[in-house]
Amino acid sequence: MEAAWVPLLLTLKVALWATGLNLLLGVGAGFVMARWRFPGRELVDAALTLPMVMPPTVLGYYLLVLIGSHGPLGAWLKQQFGIQLIFSWQAAVIAATVVAFPLVFKASRAAFETVEPQLEQAARVLGISEAGVFFRISLPLAWRGILAGLLLAFARATGEFGATLMVAGSIPGKTQTLSIAVYEAVQAGQDHTANFLVAVTAVTCMAVLLAAGWLVPGRVAQQA
Amino acid sequence: MQSVQSPRSILAVAMACLLAVSAAAADLTVSAAASLTNAFQELGPAFERANPGTKVLLNFGASGALLQQISKGAPVDVFASADQETMDQAQNQRLVQADTRRNFVSNTLVVIVPAASTLTPLTLADLAHPAYQRITIGLPASVPVGRYTKIVLERAGLWPAIEPKMIGAQTVRQALDYTARSEVDAGFVYATDALLLPGKVRVALVVPTPIPVLYPIAPVSASANLAAAQRFIAFIQSPQAQLVLARFGFGKP
Repeated sequence: MEAAWVPLLLTLKVALWATGLNLLLGVGAGFVMARWRFPGRELVDAALTLPMVMPPTVLGYYLLVLIGSHGPLGAWLKQQFGIQLIFSWQAAVIAATVVAFPLVFKASRAAFETVEPQLEQAARVLGISEAGVFFRISLPLAWRGILAGLLLAFARATGEFGATLMVAGSIPGKTQTLSIAVYEAVQAGQDHTANFLVAVTAVTCMAVLLAAGWLVPGRVAQQA
Repeated sequence: MQSVQSPRSILAVAMACLLAVSAAAADLTVSAAASLTNAFQELGPAFERANPGTKVLLNFGASGALLQQISKGAPVDVFASADQETMDQAQNQRLVQADTRRNFVSNTLVVIVPAASTLTPLTLADLAHPAYQRITIGLPASVPVGRYTKIVLERAGLWPAIEPKMIGAQTVRQALDYTARSEVDAGFVYATDALLLPGKVRVALVVPTPIPVLYPIAPVSASANLAAAQRFIAFIQSPQAQLVLARFGFGKP
């Protein structure tokens, strides 16, 4: 059953991209929210957490309206660059990124908030630039918590289904991820294919969990 | 935040939910092809008015997906599919009662394009042209309209040219939605679906099918409410129900 490799590799590609994007977006947002005080901060926090609590179909609909050919962003992309996002693997990445974003954002904010502000102050007194303070003090001290968030985000992106199906469709070899391939096989009564695909999914998830345990040994729990 | 409920009250709520489900013995669950959605949403309440005490629960989806639900033991009373093949499979697995299976409507396969599209195919072969980059077709493995489409395109020798452009749809209504949103250049749906969004899609081609598009309906063998299932099937064939179906564009069987 070579066919399982195609959706598996696509799933990993989408999940890695989503995790990578969230490393920038989620960690950035987490840092800003942990360090900046401004009116309505908790309101912004709630808005950024929304993708975690909203049903994926609601997110899928929002994305379809936003990046679809008639949507404000979709129409602009189509006119300026001739890019059509719907039914592309990039659309699957966008869906997975949005869905997994709060996991990285929340973990990063909490991790940055545990970093002692005095340590950052001390570095500034010693003449280290703001960027230097972030990369040499704040980020290394918060890293374990962020890594835990990133691993959860990777797992969530791997399993993303609802929003992905709505914006990327189910095109074999192009946008058909593992979870969508399983759904389709069950719909069509192809139980053998479904059995094989769920086994591949289970093994992949176990590998991710074991890798997580190996990458983040115990200390996350102590720090949290 | 000390809102911990006692295990007993949680149990009570769980029991109430279970009882609510089992008390619904007079419910009639109808699994119907996605293309029947709007017509059956009107026919369900009409049947309820004629049969007080019976509540019709409608479950729509691709005929193939509905068959899989029934074969895995879903509590369905009536099955209405959009093609003979899916119902044949149900009959071969003894999931439906063959002796009361009836064809109740017919439909037509059409090619639609977004209403604002500048492209209008004049023949099926036009769809092979590079100007048509994305064409939505129901997944042939589970969606009847996709199966009809594949047969037609294969006979015309166009399937190898069009398959790479295919955007698979989970139901015929998804194909309609993709076209209405201009995410595809053309789509294969039923004439009745195209009628629902006159401002958003237009019919470019009426496609004759080698197998007529005939919808069968049958009671599910495992139904706990066979008498009501039979009544519902008789009602669907009544002049009153046929009038509603005709209003939605369905033809006589």
